Amino acid sequence: MTIKEVVKLLDAEILCGEDRLDTEIHTACGSDMMSDVLAYVKDQSVLLTGLLNPQVVRTAEMMDMLCIVFVRGKRPEQPVIDLAREKGIVLLSTEKRLFVACGILYTNGLGG
Amino acid sequence: MGECIRLEYDVDGTNFSSAGNASESVKRTLKQMGVDAASVRRVAIAMYEGEINMVIHAHGGKAVAEIYPDRIEICLQDSGPGIADIDLAMKAGYSTATENIRSLGFGAGMGLPNMKKYSDEMRIESTVGVGTTVFLRINF
Repeated sequence: MTIKEVVKLLDAEILCGEDRLDTEIHTACGSDMMSDVLAYVKDQSVLLTGLLNPQVVRTAEMMDMLCIVFVRGKRPEQPVIDLAREKGIVLLSTEKRLFVACGILYTNGLGG
Repeated sequence: MGECIRLEYDVDGTNFSSAGNASESVKRTLKQMGVDAASVRRVAIAMYEGEINMVIHAHGGKAVAEIYPDRIEICLQDSGPGIADIDLAMKAGYSTATENIRSLGFGAGMGLPNMKKYSDEMRIESTVGVGTTVFLRINF
């Protein structure tokens, strides 16, 4: 699916990366522990998390991820959004909880 | 040995937000040099884990990366508290990180095992009260 479809499925707000919504994605992972994200790298291109600090963007960047979805209606501070924009990573925010957001994407064909 | 590009960084131990700057710079350099994407990612993750460790455990330090045509050698040196039992520190899940660090998404006890997993050679030299030096070699 494309990031645009993620936006639609999760009823998400786009925080940055509006010009990259047509990017194709195939896999995702959900975690509030960046250490675990870094430990179980495969080729996930989307990170769903409730954590808001700049190291979330850094972690995504190191793993060549394309999109971060902040769950539970969370929004990071502006410097985090600026960092993501600079790195070309799309940031989304959804009101849905982590489990629900992951479930919706999984049942709609996004792999783990 | 072949020609080598040497990059040096001061890792600021007082600024959690800037942790990862050195790894990001190395990653960008390797990409520009045309190193394959899988190798670049292994280097980025291993070095980033090391950099995070230096910031959360050791008040920062110095990172040196030497890039050869077929490999990268990274040396991470700090003057932090040192590691008393390296075998224990290498165990997945073992961590001395505080609750505060965990609330930032780190300190799951995966850093050192991860660095070993993604590198072709890893050596740790540490003296309690003096500091820790981690050497990583990753072949392209």
